Amino acid sequence: MVAAEQAIALALAVPAVGAVAIALAGRAPNLREAITLLTAALLLACVATLLPEVQRGAQPALTLWTMVPGLQIAFAVEPLGMLFALIASGLWIVNSLYSIGYMRGNAEQKQTRFYVCFALALAATMGIAFAGNLFTLFVFYEALTLVTYPLVTHHGTDTARNGGRVYLAVLMGTSIVLLLPALVFVWHVAGTTDFTAGGILAGKLGPAALAGLLALCMFGIGKAALMPFHRWLPAAMVAPTPVSALLHAVAVVKAGVFSVVKVVVYVFGVDNLAQAGFGGSVATWLVGVSGFTIVAASVVALKADNLKRRLAYSTVSQLSYVVMAAAVLVPMSLVGAVLHIAAHAVGKITLFFAAGAVYTAAHKTEVSQLDGIGRRMPWTMGAFAIAALSMIGLPPAVGFVSKWYMLSGAMAAQQWFAVAVIVVSTLLNAGYFLPIVYRAFFVAPAAAGDQGHPHGEAPWPMVVALCTTAAATVVLFFVPDLPLALAHQLPGTRVP
Amino acid sequence: MSLAAHLPALQVVVPLLAAPLTVLLRRRDLAFGVALVASWAALAAAVALWLQVESGGTVSYPIGNWPPPWGIEYRVDRLTAFVLVLVAGVAALVLPYSRASIEAEVPPQQHYLFYTMFLLCLAGLLGITITGDAFNVFVFLEISSLATYVLIALGRDRRALVASYQYLIMGTIGATFFVIGVGLLYLMTGTLNLADMGRRLADVHGTRPVLAALAFVTVGISLKLALFPLHQWLPDAYTHAPSAVSAFLAATATKVAVYVLVRFYFSVFGHSQVFGRLPTQEVMLLLALAGMFVASAIAILQTDLKRLFAYSSVAQIGYIVLGLSFDTTSGLTATIVHLFNHGITKGAVFLLLGGVALVMGGTSLARIQGLGRRMPLTSFGIVLCGLSLIGVPGTAGFVGKWYLILAALEQGQWWLVFMIVASSLLAVAYVWRFVEAAYFREPRQDTAGGPPVPWSMVVPAALLVVATVYFGIDSSLTAGAAARAAADLLGGLR
Repeated sequence: MVAAEQAIALALAVPAVGAVAIALAGRAPNLREAITLLTAALLLACVATLLPEVQRGAQPALTLWTMVPGLQIAFAVEPLGMLFALIASGLWIVNSLYSIGYMRGNAEQKQTRFYVCFALALAATMGIAFAGNLFTLFVFYEALTLVTYPLVTHHGTDTARNGGRVYLAVLMGTSIVLLLPALVFVWHVAGTTDFTAGGILAGKLGPAALAGLLALCMFGIGKAALMPFHRWLPAAMVAPTPVSALLHAVAVVKAGVFSVVKVVVYVFGVDNLAQAGFGGSVATWLVGVSGFTIVAASVVALKADNLKRRLAYSTVSQLSYVVMAAAVLVPMSLVGAVLHIAAHAVGKITLFFAAGAVYTAAHKTEVSQLDGIGRRMPWTMGAFAIAALSMIGLPPAVGFVSKWYMLSGAMAAQQWFAVAVIVVSTLLNAGYFLPIVYRAFFVAPAAAGDQGHPHGEAPWPMVVALCTTAAATVVLFFVPDLPLALAHQLPGTRVP
Repeated sequence: MSLAAHLPALQVVVPLLAAPLTVLLRRRDLAFGVALVASWAALAAAVALWLQVESGGTVSYPIGNWPPPWGIEYRVDRLTAFVLVLVAGVAALVLPYSRASIEAEVPPQQHYLFYTMFLLCLAGLLGITITGDAFNVFVFLEISSLATYVLIALGRDRRALVASYQYLIMGTIGATFFVIGVGLLYLMTGTLNLADMGRRLADVHGTRPVLAALAFVTVGISLKLALFPLHQWLPDAYTHAPSAVSAFLAATATKVAVYVLVRFYFSVFGHSQVFGRLPTQEVMLLLALAGMFVASAIAILQTDLKRLFAYSSVAQIGYIVLGLSFDTTSGLTATIVHLFNHGITKGAVFLLLGGVALVMGGTSLARIQGLGRRMPLTSFGIVLCGLSLIGVPGTAGFVGKWYLILAALEQGQWWLVFMIVASSLLAVAYVWRFVEAAYFREPRQDTAGGPPVPWSMVVPAALLVVATVYFGIDSSLTAGAAARAAADLLGGLR
């Protein structure tokens, strides 16, 4: 049994060391991929050893070094970070399997750099998940942007370069211009940036300053893709699909909403935000902005013909569910927010896996080309259908559970705007996912001859990966105990 | 007295005497050997002095045993020691680098003169820093400047001559303004010793000649430190000088000028006089901001990397001066720590560019296309330094920016906070000009045959890059020293 402190250090070091090993093994692809899988498995093992500690209510902590006098790089594992780390490291294994199939199936260039950056991205993600103070979170947040940039621009084409420009400009722009001043201000006001139950700003700022600071944080965390800072996410779709799947459906975007929830709970404090208001709560505007993002992004998704673009806008919309649920500030909705981080992760990664499988096997990228594809790729499109149900929020998929909590929370708080947004967006979700499923299974394929080479499923590692995550979507519906238990451990989620 | 007691004198005398020795020896290998020993001895002296000051407080050394204020005093306080370590440290790294670098850029018969001038420049910069005498500052300023003009003129094409001439004119005007200011101060106080001058100025506080002296000193030194819009000489000088010279100047020359300004503002005039009697704060603040934005914007438009990073220096000097204009401990800490961090960052960039010039035959963006494939480690190093210029956490550049933002917040100046962070975005833009050229373009065919960069150039550059990252990850050493120095400066005369 490894001590908790060492487990934290290992969780950070394993992917970083793995990256070096992958770089050294660049000449031997089989060895390189074996190292990737091994690193992923080791990482999950490290993260898993922390779980019992956290469930007992302990907060294993580790302080490394002083970056600016008074500010340490420090880690502390609490339930939310535990859940995020479990999701990211667990899905990394599946995603690595998928990557191997995808990168080889499409004969991609510079595969070594790809796997190295992927491992580094996971190291940065672990840093975010376990960050013990806002400063540490910020450092790893920036690191994650930088190490994912080579992945986004992997193809090295002009399109990739332009996508990379938007990616970097929005993510770095928001974090430097908005989040960094917010961070310095928090330190200036509170004298600390340590994540503390109940918040560190309680009673230190008036409502106006609190609302302003909240705005700096929420828009500053550009990875949460709150409109108008969502453009980077569709731009990042130029990346190879495994990147879109793990990073732009799980690690990077979840790092965004994770940071949002973390800041709301541990920096501002739920009660602090709920009480100090001008008649309403300080976070009321946030419900409005995120609600608008949910609906607007869904409308854009409805019109998008490119499959990955549609999925990207769906992600923008789904991320704002989490932000909105956090901004409603009642225990039920907060549980919903945490659950939705897990639910959306397994669902959306499945959808991207399926999109990548379709591209690899049939070279199709547009929704309008998918007629009848379900007949040739039943496993892939079956998994896609299940994940689509999760996005819409229908049983038997885990999306239903998280939506249930969010809806009950919004009703309990009598936030009728939030309730309306959830209902409308559910309809919109159905509107842009069900036609794909319908086309795939019930429309006859286009006349043979135009693209008429016969194809079946994608390479087996990809199919195994996407079936695994689809299965997880269903399993989590029936046994959501673990994420629920962790969500209920979060301060502010117990009914007073 | 033991050797240790004479360290302040040795600090300057060793490189100063080594300079004529290199002329007498004439053989370039011997000259190199002498210069190397002298520069490493200077570094050893600087580090020893730093340790001495951090443990035992300010060191005062009367030259020729004439007690101050009659004799010349060398005075080492925390700030002095900090700057000495920077200057001597960079020199000790650039010198071994220069041997291979000037091979390609300077005619062989001039090599020994290069070392002579390098040593004179080093002695001048160290002298400016360590001396406690106003006129002595001027003398060393001239020694370092004259040596610098020659060093720049050694550049490989004829434009170097124009650049050197430009700098000569501007530098001389600056030095003249400075000496007029010193003259006025001498007139009013009857002393040239800086500490004594500071005490006596209290009696003539705010009189017209003193304020005139303040203006003259400010303008003169601002020319030397390339404060916008007095920066016109800098881009040409950095672009056309030999690579090793660009690196040394970028890392030290402007930084020492900043040191002089800080010294005169906080130890001689006293901040109440500097910021209370004249709108110094407003002027410095506006010029700093203008530099941060205009120079960064110009940097984005450049097509040559040396020029691009030269304009970036003007912009970064804006940050350094901005910190000073706050007149608070946090602001001054930002100035001092950024002076150091930007020094090592920019030194590293220009050292790496020297290698690039050697292999690719130039540093224009068109020529370095595909650098990421041809020189992966060098490109990565430049990217790391670029991140430091942007101020990404985990690099040295972040620390200074942190203190700057903190200083602006302490005064409730939110607009300034946003100006500081917005200008960082311009830095992203110019750094990404390099990234896109290096990683998104195919290498040009005519740049194929360059020789590999020799180890003597790789190691110093790599050390500075590592330092850039190290001082970003653990800044307790640099930021701690800077904060203590700032507290000393503001505490002494409050």
